[in-house]
Amino acid sequence: MKRLLTLAASALALSTPALAQDVTITNARVVVGDGGEPIANGTVVVRGGSVVYAGPASGAPAGGAAIDARGAWVTPGLSATVTSLGLADVSAVDESNDITADGTPFSAALDAATAINPTSQHILVHKAAGITRAATAMRPAGSIFAGQGAIIDLAGNANPVMQARAFQMINLGEGGAAQAGGSRAAAHALLRASLREAQALVGKTGIPETTEVGKADAVLLSRFDAEALVPVVTGRQKLYVEADRMADIRAVLALKAEYPRLDLVLVGATEGWLVASEIAAARVPVIANGLNDLPETFEQLGATQSNAGRMARAGVKVAINAATMQDPRRLQQVAGNLVALTKMPGATGMTWGEAFAAISSVPADISGMGGKAGVLKAGALGDVVIWTDDPLEVGSVPARVFIAGREQDLTNHQTRLRDRYLDLDESDRPKAYDW
Amino acid sequence: MFADRTRRARAGVLATLVSALALSACSTTGGSPEAASASSKSDSPKFAATPAGDPVFASTYKPFPNVATAIRGATVFDGKGGRIENGVVFMSGGKIVAVGGPDTPIPADIAVFDGAGKFVTPGIIDIHSHLGDYPSPGVDAHSDGNEATAPTTPEVWAEHSVWPQDPGFARALANGGVTALQILPGSANLMGGRSVTLKNVPSRTVQGMKFPGAPHGLKMACGENPKRVYGGRGRMPSTRMGNFAVNRETWLAAIDYANDPKAKRDLAKETLVGVLKGEILIQNHCYRADEMALVLDMAKEMGYKVTAFHHAVEAYKIGDLLRENDVCSAIWADWYGFKMESYDGILENAAFLQREGACVVIHSDDQNDIQRLNQEAAKAQAAGKRVGIDIPDATVIGWLTYNAAKAMGIADVTGSLETGKMADVVLWNGDPLSVYSRPEKVWIDGALMFDAMNPKTRPVSDFELGQPGEGDVK
Repeated sequence: MKRLLTLAASALALSTPALAQDVTITNARVVVGDGGEPIANGTVVVRGGSVVYAGPASGAPAGGAAIDARGAWVTPGLSATVTSLGLADVSAVDESNDITADGTPFSAALDAATAINPTSQHILVHKAAGITRAATAMRPAGSIFAGQGAIIDLAGNANPVMQARAFQMINLGEGGAAQAGGSRAAAHALLRASLREAQALVGKTGIPETTEVGKADAVLLSRFDAEALVPVVTGRQKLYVEADRMADIRAVLALKAEYPRLDLVLVGATEGWLVASEIAAARVPVIANGLNDLPETFEQLGATQSNAGRMARAGVKVAINAATMQDPRRLQQVAGNLVALTKMPGATGMTWGEAFAAISSVPADISGMGGKAGVLKAGALGDVVIWTDDPLEVGSVPARVFIAGREQDLTNHQTRLRDRYLDLDESDRPKAYDW
Repeated sequence: MFADRTRRARAGVLATLVSALALSACSTTGGSPEAASASSKSDSPKFAATPAGDPVFASTYKPFPNVATAIRGATVFDGKGGRIENGVVFMSGGKIVAVGGPDTPIPADIAVFDGAGKFVTPGIIDIHSHLGDYPSPGVDAHSDGNEATAPTTPEVWAEHSVWPQDPGFARALANGGVTALQILPGSANLMGGRSVTLKNVPSRTVQGMKFPGAPHGLKMACGENPKRVYGGRGRMPSTRMGNFAVNRETWLAAIDYANDPKAKRDLAKETLVGVLKGEILIQNHCYRADEMALVLDMAKEMGYKVTAFHHAVEAYKIGDLLRENDVCSAIWADWYGFKMESYDGILENAAFLQREGACVVIHSDDQNDIQRLNQEAAKAQAAGKRVGIDIPDATVIGWLTYNAAKAMGIADVTGSLETGKMADVVLWNGDPLSVYSRPEKVWIDGALMFDAMNPKTRPVSDFELGQPGEGDVK
């Protein structure tokens, strides 16, 4: 058996979550995560669960247990948005899947935080990929409203929810049109009716009294959904709007004229590069599809891998959408590809620092965690990852992960299978005894 | 994404290329050479179809004009495990003429590219694609990838669904360096139909893309998809044992057909007889290790060979068995956990197979991943390295070139940089196993079909003309 083989990623892992440690990581290639380039021979200091210093070794305060990174890349934990992490064990196994609820009369009132399973294998696998915080949300089923998403950590502890009901999410493209009854006009009418019902509830307490909106035997907006939209219409809760087509994006931006308090975030925005200056002028951030380059629908005819880079050049705040890749753990690969574009004539990519920020500080900022997550600055949460290689390179994985200063156990179902099948030797006993 | 798990349930069957029967690729697998053909008629009736086995829907592909070209000074991966530093690749007349070190002679009057700091590989080959059959835009009117109306449909041919105007072909060329690909039917059926292997060249017709001489495949599928799709309609199969029962009955009927010289022509059974003869290669969607082992025994029982298991996420559990049976595993690097039979997917799958000496092929099953097969391979390589399995870069390149060609029955003509083979070549602007590298130039049969330095060499499909982003870098 080869189970004693030294594994870079697991040899140092602990079998149980550790207490918050005061940690000083020296001799590191430090990535702050704010868009800048790496700092050679840097030091990161975490105390009491928070970052107190990240920068050149010369400026670091003394003290704390030291870890010599031996030149390795040290970064903030990645922030994944938008995901379904914690809402399904196996998405095709309905019993394990809380991502959609097509049999409920509720939509906007749905609260993803009530369904999060912090020990889902997907959470454990993605933690081992360096993601420490995620925005997680349901998918719309019976209405245009997906419900309220949560910001979670991936520590696997009893309380994964950092912020419940952090945002409402809707679709105002082909998907929303289908949910609303078959036309974008129906989706927009439902949205406006819903916001008016919510507006009427502002300042009122008790059981909400509004008119239910329905079609056939389906409910598109219950009075509890209208109540859930009060924080949206008053600007206290962000409204994430999925839209890809240029015209759909413009229709989203136009909502601000009718409802000035809406705190809008665009999600997807495949054709955003065609209206980048308008998005920038509206100061609406974008959670952009990263590498989609095919006209997979009629709302994505202009798809190009240069979309994110072109929007960023126009001054748009751009994060990479974790929902449009096989799994959110590919965020690093997508970001790396955006860097590769800078070498292609006619393409627009991102610098290394910009690309890393698009999967760390920018999504954290959009999620309301600005300065707290996705960045190594004094006062930020002590989410720190030590990598085996350049974190945007394919094949690079975390060697060690800290969440709020606690070193994480990176064991999961996959690592256990890996360890069992390091060989196929069953000469003594079947594999079932090898654990 | 998730081509296998979505409503676009896809079954896969390798389609036999019409011209395959005449060529050497057909002789690469075992079978029952004595099995009778059901095709010939002794009389001369007034009306007659082309006899079974004769070429139909034949390839009309012809290589495009080429100029004699050499690349000098690049790192060359030959696709069969060889690596040459500061190497030379010389192609002329659509063929590889010479591959070697810096002293390799090059004629004086030909085009020479400086490959310093760059890399050369054989053209990338995807053994599992649905481009054209599930094209973009993915609207219902284009959903032509799976004849999911019966548990076995070996009579359908994927090439009859291919839409050559799918913009995905050009993306795979420009961003992925893909020069050949196998289009498979979907996986809802136990036997989904014949696959077709294409040259990745723009064409007005599918015949203009068909890879000359490539054998058809038969797409088969294990596990969840067939039992879900048909069990859900209240018909057999609804269980894994039902899957096997229907398969075995179907094979027995095909054997009877093959032994009956008077049998009326039957397109479904003709495909199965092609498999029994070794002319059509089995490409079998199968996730779980235990099911793969059962399929191998079924193949022995019925007298056919499984060429490759596709989506074989548990292949690492039986690498020894797969090596002994000479079966390739066509796999993703990191897909896992989206359906029950993918729950045990691990990053080390490819490396563990390589450790056992089994054949690894990296596949996409996806219109996006086909643009980055090199990166998928790099992920799988890195996972092995972390557990002490060091696989050379040159071997890893073979996972998406030579090994894929071998499992598609075209390795005698492409898949590696060897004298006399088709000049299917990619010049990368950096190490192809790095996320930071891209294809700079792609040659197919020696013709420069993509050049990142020249926007007019970027194919634009009919569908894209006059639409937002026409001719963009994508």
